[in-house]
Amino acid sequence: MTTNISFLLNGDEISYDVKDHWTLLHLLREEMGLIGTKEGCGNGECGACTVIVDKLAVNSCLYLAIEVDGTAIETIEGLASTDGTLHPLQQSFVDNGGIQCGFCSPGMIMSSKALLDENPNANREEIKQALAGNICRCTGYIPIFKSVEAAKEMGGQNE
Amino acid sequence: MSNFNVVGKRIPKLDAAQKAMGRAAYIQDIKLPQMLYGKILYSKYANANIVKIDTSKAKALAGVHAVLTGEDVPEKMKMGFIKDNPPIKKGRVSCFRDEVAAVAAISPEIAKKALDLIEIEYEELEGIFDPEKAMEKDSPLVHEHLKSNVLKMPWDVHYGDVEKAEKESAFVVEDRFTTTWVTHCCMGTSGAVALFDASENLTIYTNTQIPSLAQKDFLESLKAMGLKNKRVRVIKPIIGGGFGSKLDTYAYEHVAILLAYACRKPVKMVFDRVEEFKATSTRQPTVTYIKQGCDKNGKLTFRDMRMVLDNGGHTSWGATTPSVMLMPISSLYSVKNVKYSAKCVYTNNTYSQAMRGYGNPQATFAIESSMDMLAEKAGIDRIKFRKINQNHAGEETPQGLKITSCGLAECIDAVEKELHFNDNNEKGVGTGLASLIHVGGGARIYGSDGCGAILKMDDYGKVDIFTGGTDMGQGLDNITAQIVAEELGLSAEDINVVHSDTDICPWDVGAHASRSTFVAGNAALGAAKKVKKKIQDFASKLFETPAEEIELKDKMVFVTGNPEKNMPIGKLLRKAHFSPGGTMLMAEHFYDPDNQNMGKELKGNMSMTYSFGAHGAKVKVDEETGKVEVLEYVAAHDVGRAINPLLLEGQVYGGVVMGLGYALTEEVTVKNGEIMNANFRDYKLFTAKDAVKIKAPVIETDDKDGPFGAKGIGEPGCVPTAPAIANAIYNAVGVRIKDLPITPEKVLAALKEKTVKK
Repeated sequence: MTTNISFLLNGDEISYDVKDHWTLLHLLREEMGLIGTKEGCGNGECGACTVIVDKLAVNSCLYLAIEVDGTAIETIEGLASTDGTLHPLQQSFVDNGGIQCGFCSPGMIMSSKALLDENPNANREEIKQALAGNICRCTGYIPIFKSVEAAKEMGGQNE
Repeated sequence: MSNFNVVGKRIPKLDAAQKAMGRAAYIQDIKLPQMLYGKILYSKYANANIVKIDTSKAKALAGVHAVLTGEDVPEKMKMGFIKDNPPIKKGRVSCFRDEVAAVAAISPEIAKKALDLIEIEYEELEGIFDPEKAMEKDSPLVHEHLKSNVLKMPWDVHYGDVEKAEKESAFVVEDRFTTTWVTHCCMGTSGAVALFDASENLTIYTNTQIPSLAQKDFLESLKAMGLKNKRVRVIKPIIGGGFGSKLDTYAYEHVAILLAYACRKPVKMVFDRVEEFKATSTRQPTVTYIKQGCDKNGKLTFRDMRMVLDNGGHTSWGATTPSVMLMPISSLYSVKNVKYSAKCVYTNNTYSQAMRGYGNPQATFAIESSMDMLAEKAGIDRIKFRKINQNHAGEETPQGLKITSCGLAECIDAVEKELHFNDNNEKGVGTGLASLIHVGGGARIYGSDGCGAILKMDDYGKVDIFTGGTDMGQGLDNITAQIVAEELGLSAEDINVVHSDTDICPWDVGAHASRSTFVAGNAALGAAKKVKKKIQDFASKLFETPAEEIELKDKMVFVTGNPEKNMPIGKLLRKAHFSPGGTMLMAEHFYDPDNQNMGKELKGNMSMTYSFGAHGAKVKVDEETGKVEVLEYVAAHDVGRAINPLLLEGQVYGGVVMGLGYALTEEVTVKNGEIMNANFRDYKLFTAKDAVKIKAPVIETDDKDGPFGAKGIGEPGCVPTAPAIANAIYNAVGVRIKDLPITPEKVLAALKEKTVKK
């Protein structure tokens, strides 16, 4: 079965015919070509596929595409400004060694964004809590915490 | 210390911005016109005969382009370093991950459906899952034609006279330690896309740490397929983590090649997470027997170690890890008399490959646990005991390792300073120390330990450097760029590092043995020096000054002591290209270190230099639950020179946390050969919530052979972590856990046993 849905994707109005069994991850990556959102496990356990749906960080691999009808979605592709300026979180992940292999980075950054949008003064414990569902095998997490904290100082919440 | 402009700077990873923007293309992101999707069917049993395979229903499914079984694999197409493992098995399966069929279809869903339609009749056989039992005479054989489950490997060595030294020892300790399966858990799963051109040359996009050796393997596969004198182009997409997992070629790559050839269309094969857990290779599990002794002053007299390694159903590089285990066994701390033997034993379990440390973590767990036990028996403070026996520059170890630079003493001091070993801890809190030695200047495993680099400069003062080295996230691009920029008076942003394509990049042995900074770094430095010389020669004519008086700095060429005689490098390069009889500013360099293969006697200086480190842990053990909390962690490393401290810290933090997982939580649960926890819920990685405070003091010993003094640091971070934790637990609550991982259940059981004994 196919359903027509409408949603905001990184600020653009989208209308799309989606199959009922598609996940949001499938819609973004395979149908729309937004490869920035990664699949690390397909099972909601690693957070690599994190996107923001109506201000909430979700695992897009567990989220059915038809459920995003009428929502506003943010993905990693929507963070940088049109003039190429990185979002403070992207910049601080770059500057603080928060990125090594980079496979978890889009998900990490989206989880961090959802956190700082909601709680611009999040402390270390709150950051740990918000990123508990995002696995990183490269960094030992310390540079990632530093990245989020540095972004916070730069005004990492919504521009 | 010399004054560097680019080396030693915390320059962010050059590819980080594109990764932060979601623009980096990994194997998952590669899509080609007409591309098909491949899937592999695995065995249903750990040990069985394949009686019959019926693929007719799968072949008949709409959208299926090819179905292959072991019968379709050319006889000579084999994988593994002893080339005994076909990419799809026929007749017999020896472990659950054995490939029995493969399909290519127009979508992953149809490919999966086709797998379900393949009908296989098996005759299940009794499996063997305990390597020590598999060594017994009447054990069933995993591969009958081999007549034994024990691999023919040369791991048996005796330096000095262990028996005599034992008799003369004042104190001796002896014990048994075990380690289990753990796995890399790269966030980007394995995958490849294979395609043939009209002339039947192969291009393969693949996640690999060994592009040049992979090219050789694939060429051999083509040859086995009857495709002689063909070309293979290996293209690496951005790699989502390596940690040793990509040091061999695997069934999925060879199967992708077979399917692509069968369909004459590109075939993409990407693992899902369950497959990644079940069908990729682990770190090899070990059973270690260790005996060590010292004299009354605490000087080590001998070390005697014997190991049994579970080789699993087939042989990948796991069976060669004893060659690296030998390094800490013979050379961590000065000990003259050393004995080591290791047996790699076939079972019907999963099989092992390289994983960060390549055997060193397993060996060091036993050695450093035993060091603590021996110190206690001799009544000597554990830190003092290690200092009595510490390695030093100028030492040649029994194995023939020549220690050139050595910062072990400084590392131990740094840990002691940061962790306050002598503080009186509260109840249940304790500290532990463990050290490491690792190859830091290449490792001659093959005939060559070399890496090539080609460097060219454009008309604007920018550099393209084509390196054989591989960046899989660790940051070799930066190291290469910073080394080249330093030598040529440029900034790191001026350097474009190309490492992704065997059609363009020179040869390299691979990103293993923490060798890239040292070997690929020296290759890049050599090429940069040659180009610098060309620039100096050209400028010398222009400025009518001897070449040795020409300096390169801040993107300018100028005359020493006469800085008004100068020119921007770009302008000079344009002159070089546009003058009559012009020249190109280009150079190649192949660096192959002067290290040695070990040979049959297992003796030789396998690396140009060695990296040292000491780790200290402070833990709190909950005596009610057995749970271990890591309160503080200090990881001090002698890195020769920190080319980029930001990336160096990243390697250490990441290594330590991987090591903490090894120590405390990670275990691939294997039951009668079957992996039971193929997901992140049940395979316990450290998460952000478990993150530990880590300090990473850096000791610089300016190694004489390293590029700007640097040694390798990719693996050391996870080498001594487990024994540092085990020693801290002992210090905290007086129980010694000898089997990894140190779960709360094991701690609790040991605490109970201790109470009963009292």
